[in-house]
Amino acid sequence: MKTYKYITIFIAICTSLLFVQCTDADDSDNIIGLVTCDDGLQNGDEEGIDCGGTICEACVGIVDFSGTYVQEDQMGRPGINTVFGTSGMKDSFNTTIPSSMGAAFQSSFETKLLGLNPAYTSNALGLDAATFTTVLANDVLWVAETGTTTYFNGTEILTGRNLTDDVIDVSLLLIFGGPAGTDNPTLTSDFVSANDVTFSSSFPYVANPN
Amino acid sequence: MKKTKIFAAIGGLGLAALSVFLIAADHIDAPAVAGTSTDIADFYSFQGEDPNNLVFVVDVQGLIAPGQPTEQAVFDEDVLLEINIDNNNDLVEDLVIQAIKRDTTMYFFGPVAPSQTGLNSAIDEANMSGSVPISTTTDIQTTTNNGIQFFAGPRDDPFFFDFTRYNEVIAGSATGFNNPGADTFEGTNVLSVIVEVPKSMLGSGVVGANPLAPTVPVYNVWVEAKRKQ
Repeated sequence: MKTYKYITIFIAICTSLLFVQCTDADDSDNIIGLVTCDDGLQNGDEEGIDCGGTICEACVGIVDFSGTYVQEDQMGRPGINTVFGTSGMKDSFNTTIPSSMGAAFQSSFETKLLGLNPAYTSNALGLDAATFTTVLANDVLWVAETGTTTYFNGTEILTGRNLTDDVIDVSLLLIFGGPAGTDNPTLTSDFVSANDVTFSSSFPYVANPN
Repeated sequence: MKKTKIFAAIGGLGLAALSVFLIAADHIDAPAVAGTSTDIADFYSFQGEDPNNLVFVVDVQGLIAPGQPTEQAVFDEDVLLEINIDNNNDLVEDLVIQAIKRDTTMYFFGPVAPSQTGLNSAIDEANMSGSVPISTTTDIQTTTNNGIQFFAGPRDDPFFFDFTRYNEVIAGSATGFNNPGADTFEGTNVLSVIVEVPKSMLGSGVVGANPLAPTVPVYNVWVEAKRKQ
């Protein structure tokens, strides 16, 4: 019965649309099923409702893209603000341009790092606390122009971020693992090493929704 | 335009923004954006199936429950998603790729040099590079224009992390992770904008940015969510 009700509502909406179209005396081509540039639908190869594509006017000027858009959130590397941000600065981190981040946040990131791991001296990359947090505070993702892109694959380090990369284990290892990566063994992996659904090798790569 | 408006109004009544909960790679990272339509959940960039291309994945509004909530989760027409590419390592964007929803379509602009860098942006209407109908849970749409591929819609959240246990460790109520751990993001969805761009449109990368791979030319990339004023 529920389905039937929805069908009824759908028909009602369609009928009302039809009615609206029929009352519009300006148009002579209001035939349902015919792709037109004024049928109130995105159909054919239109890029928006009644615009773009091969026969309709370009969407620019029809669709409104005007205005100023002001930043509220940003992200480069995974988990940076979540892990290293401190109460009171997370919002300002999200609205600071990357070229100003180092000066603004390196010091507080270093304090946070030493709070998480008071025994920190260096990590598996050989970076002391000041150098490591300088890298992290400039929150941009490095992506190699050519060749393998990976957060870490055992050989390449920080040359991109694949869907399959276990970025959490990389981060935990660098924060808690010490110079040899062997310190704090219960903190250097969350023991979740892969997504629960596999990824496609083709666009759009990420799996269908659940 | 009369009919367009009426159609849009009917469509608008049927949609409702979804409030979300919890955290992740950047999911709900800060008080001002937590649970809002500008909250970036995650960001990926990797070489495409065609090695001449680079892929960008932008996830927003994380931890959407499966089923009806996914179908009701919608992109916000007031929120511009902007992928930034710095190809000379001064940490200032040289190129941007902009994405914004209008009606049932996601429109894309660039890669193009932005009219202004920094916290405020205008959409570069003259450099529209393509668009794609926003996918639903069952109607999956992708488009290609001038070698750029586009997707926008709900996806499985690709992120995996025992975030619950991590919070217990940070709070001091646990001393380490469980083995095996439990993926907090298993079975949840996000809204994704995915674009695959020929590297030839991004200029050349620069060596020296990554001290761990000093001879590899790299791009510095990041994503921003910006709200219309």
